[in-house]
Amino acid sequence: MEERITMVHGSGGAATSELIDAIFAKEFASDTLDKMEDSAVVEGAGRIAVTTDSFVVTPVTFPGGDIGRLCICGTVNDLLMRGAKPKYITCGFILQEGLEVSKLKEIVHSMAECAKEAGVEIVAGDTKVVSGNGELFINTAGVGFVPKDREVSAERVCVTDTVIVSGNLGDHHAAILGTRMGIANHIQSDNAPLGEIVDALFQAQIDVHAMRDITRGGLATVLKELAKASHTTIELEEEKLPVTPQVKDFCGLLGLDPLYMGNEGKLVAIVPASQAEEAVLAIKSAKYGQDACIAGYVTDKEPGKLYLKTRIGGLRNLEVLQGEGLPRIC
Amino acid sequence: MKLEKMRELLQNYDGPDLHLMEVCGSHTAAISKNGIRGMLSPKIHLISGPGCPVCVTPTAYVDKLAVLALTPNTCVVTFGDMLRVPGSRYSLSEVQGMGGRAVMVYSPMDILTLAQKEPDTTFVFAAVGFETTTPVYALLLEEVIEKKIENMKLLTALKTMPGVIGYLCENGASMQGFLAPGHVAAVTGSKIFQPLAEKYQIPFAVSGFEGEEILRALCGLVENREKGEVFNYYPSVVSEEGNTKAQKLVRKYFTKSDAAWRGMGIIPKTGMKLRAEYEKYDAGSLYLNEDNKRNKACCCEKILMGKMQPKECPLFGTICRPLTPQGACMVSTEGSCHSAYISM
Repeated sequence: MEERITMVHGSGGAATSELIDAIFAKEFASDTLDKMEDSAVVEGAGRIAVTTDSFVVTPVTFPGGDIGRLCICGTVNDLLMRGAKPKYITCGFILQEGLEVSKLKEIVHSMAECAKEAGVEIVAGDTKVVSGNGELFINTAGVGFVPKDREVSAERVCVTDTVIVSGNLGDHHAAILGTRMGIANHIQSDNAPLGEIVDALFQAQIDVHAMRDITRGGLATVLKELAKASHTTIELEEEKLPVTPQVKDFCGLLGLDPLYMGNEGKLVAIVPASQAEEAVLAIKSAKYGQDACIAGYVTDKEPGKLYLKTRIGGLRNLEVLQGEGLPRIC
Repeated sequence: MKLEKMRELLQNYDGPDLHLMEVCGSHTAAISKNGIRGMLSPKIHLISGPGCPVCVTPTAYVDKLAVLALTPNTCVVTFGDMLRVPGSRYSLSEVQGMGGRAVMVYSPMDILTLAQKEPDTTFVFAAVGFETTTPVYALLLEEVIEKKIENMKLLTALKTMPGVIGYLCENGASMQGFLAPGHVAAVTGSKIFQPLAEKYQIPFAVSGFEGEEILRALCGLVENREKGEVFNYYPSVVSEEGNTKAQKLVRKYFTKSDAAWRGMGIIPKTGMKLRAEYEKYDAGSLYLNEDNKRNKACCCEKILMGKMQPKECPLFGTICRPLTPQGACMVSTEGSCHSAYISM
């Protein structure tokens, strides 16, 4: 019979230890974690970036990824967006009774693989079991070191900057929704760690003013918040926005707008206009960045506003996502 | 006509003021999505009509859904927009917070799986919509009957287009042209608008939903003003006769009825109800006519009739916003107030 998680796995006793040894310690083995202390003691740095995130996506596995890969990507990407080099991750697992152990193993393995790819070490963890329907949630914390000379923040966005997106919009959102609805398609989640892209930008000496990963709420929500925080106007051009034909059709079918759909492996970078072309080339050279392009410009038309120049020549005002959007995509 | 030519024509129009109504909610959404209002001459006024299905649903219907959601062993199944439409006291999403059971689906067919999984629960689909959506409910009933599913019912608030357009024309909505709904026309055929065009001597332009298609249809309305004809600018999808197979399927399960419209009252023969022989699939749809606004200052009815612009409503943008809608027009992305709010 399929082995499943039961309440006893959360007891803190022998069953918990077995679970930790058989799954987590095995996949996340490192000098720090192997000590199995109450907290990890790690090397520090001058400037530290810290973030936390919770992952409650349903379904837990989806085309192109799973909650394990997703939680690493989501956490390291948040650190990267401040110019930090991701170093350490902690993870808290909340397992629901009935979860298949084989599924947990698969997810933990994919987490370990993704952590390796992203160059981060999982240094601490915790497991709890609650009653439920065999799903799981993961909470993470991430720590990264910010090099001395790097200052990446919304405050630095200025008029005449250029807006660059690292690739196609809406893939993760469409993949999750397609799976939930059982709509046959080939759309894969884009969940990916963006370290290579960020490294490529800094190695090319691009003076990145601001960066955000495009997650829930989509590009429009992210840029509207940036426009507000920087008191500038951002103008996007519909013709330039990268969307695959598959996602475009999917959106057409359901009346969705790719501008408000979440990704999990795309970023938007605001850079000086003089370095824009060079920045696009740098992103394109990196893994997960081949579809990068210029998407718009920062102007001083009306501070705090985000506009879209539409394909037919109209001007559309964009607000942040209103209402719920799609629940539990990450 | 080339895009450039259409833009010029619409931008430079200098004849008498034209009030053109887009009746369909998807057109309302596409117009703001493409930034079309800003591309028009100040003499062309686009007015949003009563074509967003959730916007025209009276509060009694929402209240009934709320009661059903709170009934033991009952689950309301609905499209997402309906969850947030305010009833006289509560919306379905507020009722969810009170322990009521309502789930959102993207296709009515999803109810089949739900109903088969839980045979002891009655699943009630909130069947709202126009001629475009009604065939889907008919298909659903075919399946339900074939699979002998006994725990599925419909709460219907189905509407039909031509009657309400006629009502608007009779009741002081002075329009010089209608952008006719492409999806509705795909089912009914473009001919359904012919009697209206002739009676009121105004043009109807059947349009698709891409920005350029809408511009094309608007140019058609400007060029053919005062002509009592139907112009089909969506021939790839819409024929004169429409989808006769869908029409037949709808007739099998549904019959014409009077319908209650939010803010406009009962308009004769503008709805569809289940035929008597299928009444057992009805969850109590008849007589849901009462319409009690949650906020007395809400001007939804004037806005739905094109007599007032969303921005003229005293609640617009202050108390009434997409996250705190006071009237139905602020809920759906196809609602005229929602559209006006997001393009502020």
